[in-house]
Amino acid sequence: MREELENIRTEAMTKIKKSINSDNLEEIRVKYLGKKGVLTGILRGMGSLSPEERPAAGKLANDVREEIENAIENAKKSIKEKEREQRLAFETIDVTMPGKANPIGGVHPLTKVLDEIQEIFLGMGFSVAEGPEVELDYYNFEALNIPKNHPARDEQDTFYIKDGVVLRTQTSPVQIREMEKSKPPIRIIAPGRVYRSDAVDATHSPMFTQIEGLVVDEGITMSDLKGTLDTFAKRFFGESTKTKFRPHHFPFTEPSAEVDVSCFACGGKGCRICKNSGWIEILGCGMVHPDVLRRGKIDPEKYSGFAFGMGLERLAMIKYGIDDIRLFYENDLRFLKQF
Amino acid sequence: MIVPYKWLLDYVNIDKSITEVGDELTLSGSKVEEIIENGKEISKVVTGKILSIEKHPNADRLTICKVDIKDEIIQIVTAATNIRVNDIVPVALHGSTLAGGVKIKKGKLRGVESNGMFCSEVELGIADEDSVHGIMILKEGTPIGEDIKEVLGLNGGVIDFEITSNRADCFSVYGIAREAAATFKTKLKPVNTAYSSNDEDINDYLKVEVKDDLCRRYAAKMVKNVVVKDSPEWMQQRLKEAGIRPINNIVDITNYVMVELGQPMHAYNYKFIEGSKIIVRKAEDNEKFKTLDGEERTLNSSMLVIADDKKPVAVAGVMGGENSEIKNDTNTIIFECANFDGTSIRLTSKKLGLRTDASSKFEKDIDPNLVEMAMNRACNLIEELGAGEIVGGTVDVYKNPLMPHKLTVSASWVNKFLGTDIKPEMMKEMLESLEIKTNLIGDELNLVVPTFRQDVKIKEDVAEEIARIYGYNNIPTRKIVGETVEGTVKKDQKLKKIVRETMVSSGFYECTTYSFVSPKVYDKICIPDSDAIRNAVKISNPLGEDFSIMRTTAIPSMMEVMATNYSRGINEVKLFEIAKVFIPRENDELPEETDKLVIGMYGGANFYNIKGVVENLMNALGIERCLFAKESENPIFHPGRTAKIIIRNKEAGVLGEVHPNVTDNYDIEERVYIAEIDLNSVFKASNLNKKYKSLPKYPSVSRDIAMLVKDEVTAAEIEDIIRANGKDILESIKLFDVYKGKQVPEGMKSIAYSITYRAEGRTLKDEEVNKVHERIVKALEEKLGAKLREC
Ligand SMILES: [Zn+2]
Repeated sequence: MREELENIRTEAMTKIKKSINSDNLEEIRVKYLGKKGVLTGILRGMGSLSPEERPAAGKLANDVREEIENAIENAKKSIKEKEREQRLAFETIDVTMPGKANPIGGVHPLTKVLDEIQEIFLGMGFSVAEGPEVELDYYNFEALNIPKNHPARDEQDTFYIKDGVVLRTQTSPVQIREMEKSKPPIRIIAPGRVYRSDAVDATHSPMFTQIEGLVVDEGITMSDLKGTLDTFAKRFFGESTKTKFRPHHFPFTEPSAEVDVSCFACGGKGCRICKNSGWIEILGCGMVHPDVLRRGKIDPEKYSGFAFGMGLERLAMIKYGIDDIRLFYENDLRFLKQF
Repeated sequence: MIVPYKWLLDYVNIDKSITEVGDELTLSGSKVEEIIENGKEISKVVTGKILSIEKHPNADRLTICKVDIKDEIIQIVTAATNIRVNDIVPVALHGSTLAGGVKIKKGKLRGVESNGMFCSEVELGIADEDSVHGIMILKEGTPIGEDIKEVLGLNGGVIDFEITSNRADCFSVYGIAREAAATFKTKLKPVNTAYSSNDEDINDYLKVEVKDDLCRRYAAKMVKNVVVKDSPEWMQQRLKEAGIRPINNIVDITNYVMVELGQPMHAYNYKFIEGSKIIVRKAEDNEKFKTLDGEERTLNSSMLVIADDKKPVAVAGVMGGENSEIKNDTNTIIFECANFDGTSIRLTSKKLGLRTDASSKFEKDIDPNLVEMAMNRACNLIEELGAGEIVGGTVDVYKNPLMPHKLTVSASWVNKFLGTDIKPEMMKEMLESLEIKTNLIGDELNLVVPTFRQDVKIKEDVAEEIARIYGYNNIPTRKIVGETVEGTVKKDQKLKKIVRETMVSSGFYECTTYSFVSPKVYDKICIPDSDAIRNAVKISNPLGEDFSIMRTTAIPSMMEVMATNYSRGINEVKLFEIAKVFIPRENDELPEETDKLVIGMYGGANFYNIKGVVENLMNALGIERCLFAKESENPIFHPGRTAKIIIRNKEAGVLGEVHPNVTDNYDIEERVYIAEIDLNSVFKASNLNKKYKSLPKYPSVSRDIAMLVKDEVTAAEIEDIIRANGKDILESIKLFDVYKGKQVPEGMKSIAYSITYRAEGRTLKDEEVNKVHERIVKALEEKLGAKLREC
């Protein structure tokens, strides 16, 4: 009997070692340990042994069973590991192939830049205002110190709808409309489309976008104007940006200025973008003319304010290095996808 | 305004480079457009006299010249054909540099040594490529061996200023000199206006009558025994630098004064002033007049003319007439120095299509008190040039002399307004440097503003003068103080942002198109002639028909963009635009401006794609119920594949497949899908206030239902019936299959839904669900003739 058990052990162990998958092992388990298995058969035959022999034989039989069970268990584990390894190896894919997703679109570059600008001014306490694009001559010109026959009307090449109604040539009429309906403190920006009868070319479009700004309160000074626009320029073009204020003339501000920023591309050394000057002109501004405040029903003796206006297309062209304004309105998908 | 730099230095002492001067004047308010230094690059080019010209032994086209350059005689081989022996020409020596940085070295041409090159005006950078041919031949008697820059005056350079319309006083060399003096804190030198005249009196020769107030001042001087000839080289050179063509000494003097002082002048041949009388009057309608340029002009009664007893002799302030032109044999002249209303001059010049140096100065409304100085300067130059004998006396009609105006400004107010801390004494100094007389009493600046500064009227103007001379960039910067204001965005602006975000995440790109379109776009999208949508705001002076009306729909713009992309071979396009449209209003001068969302797509798309996008959008905007109803009447769209979008029982837009008639008009051979949604209606219904509902605690039960129905039965009808009969345990319904074909009879379709039931607060029992489900089935059978199928 002992010999028989030893043989079974050796035989089973050899088989286990040779087994290559979990199915083999299951067969081995059934063959040796199953209800009709070899070991079970032997245990059944224990009855024929003498009582003295039984305990030792019983123990040996149990040892053998345990040993086989353990061996099967271990073999199962390692086979499983191997099988998983094999599966993982088999499942290897080309990770350099392109991914799949529902493609997302994109906003227009002008929207993108406008959002950025709005964000900056919102952070400085400005609200966003709007005004009509088909505008009364009064708001577009008269109220802004540009009476009939003023040379500025020629400069701006106005589209007329009829007598007294124009396509606004600037967003500045929003200044008057805003002052008429609200009391200081006023702090707004007003982005919108404006129209001038310029023939279309790489730098001119009969329709473009301006962003107007207006601040009116007690004690507003030219220092505030400079501080606000300097902050804007730094946020928009980068912290190291410098600003330069040059005297200029607009009928509706006094004093008036044009603002240059140091070229973000060359840092002021001079390059193609800044036409070798180191500076890029970005906006016009000034202290609101007292006549304009009066027309907005605001007392210029008590309040003062500043206003500014900038061209969105120009800023976007500078920011992205776009050299033709027409691209914005052509909407070639290959252009739109770049932003 | 072009200012020759050397001319400027006649009136101010500045020891700085032209670039530095330009930069600082820009910062004090005279913006430099461009600095042109013609001779900057040119070096080692001298004048030389050609001594001999011989044929080149090895080349037919070349000649060998011996040239005297004073210190030596050098040999130059050239291909030039316009030179002769004894010509004096510019010679570029070995090691010289020409315009554009071109370097010249000695070398051999076809075996013959050449020690330099003759230059054309192009090579010296003083003429355009196409305006000159051949070598520049200098005047006889030009000294040889001289630096060409000296000879041609190429060492000065000119500054081109962009002068703003309020600064009429700066349209002159002297005006800029005044600015420069203030900017560089130096003295402005006086203009030489001294001359002597004979003891005759002009009033014995000429009467002047001003019949119209548009002429504010009219002064005249007479010069006898005039010798008309070329003006001296220095004067010609300066005029050329200023962009004015020299003509003869008399005309050149008038132009010189105009450039120098900003006062246009005119010279008449006295012989042709009939009746010895000058009358300033309005022209007659259709009065014909030949201007100096030889053009016959038709005048009208809005235009001011200078006339004699019989005829006009000049269009006032614009151009003189051929009839009294200064010619070589002219003996006696009348100098006119006048002042006209700027607007009148501008309108006349516009109507005649004739903008001259004079008119562009007058239209800025120049100072009438400039007349004396200009007239005297002209006489001074007559004397200096020895051009004639000045007759004594002046005619000067000046009815309402313009007086300097007074203004009082508080220095502390200026500082408060600018945010500066400038001492009142310093303000006084700055103002006086601009010739604004200033009397400082305590804090008060009492100003007498000269008449040439009509732009300084109110205290803010004074603040500007102080600010720009102080330097805008010296004003401190600060963050706005005062009440903190919170930046806000209106609901509409927020919602537009959501629209953009949703469209972008659905794969769409935003486009922007012009708000003005051609009226023909309505034909292109097949809108009938009578349709109200054709009623648009018209531009009275459009750039062309294509930009002549303000759009009332943005669909054509979207079609145009898709057509552009299609024609460029882009085979899949998904675009959207938030586009303003302009709807005329009966009772308002201004149209209603509202925003439309236009969505357009083609390439691998179908109706349900665009509908899905719209549904997603409505979800994102918190639109509770958005219905889609069949639309078969819209001419833009496919009659069987279009839906109206209905929100709160009102039509809020349309979506569908574009009618092939329309896509044909845009040459798109693809099915195109478009939606146009009125954002106003959508935003009104938008509710973004979300409330949490607790998650269901009890399980749901799902039953599928499949039926055969007639083709024309719509999903909306079926769903309405299911909902109406689902009682309060119906949670949701979902269409999961629509099938036509095998096993489905002609004219029918198979349609299958999954219905989910759930009750709040308890687990549903089978019997309960069955009861409701059966009722639904029965209703579908009865109302729609649905036949149930096995699922
Ligand atoms: Zn640069």
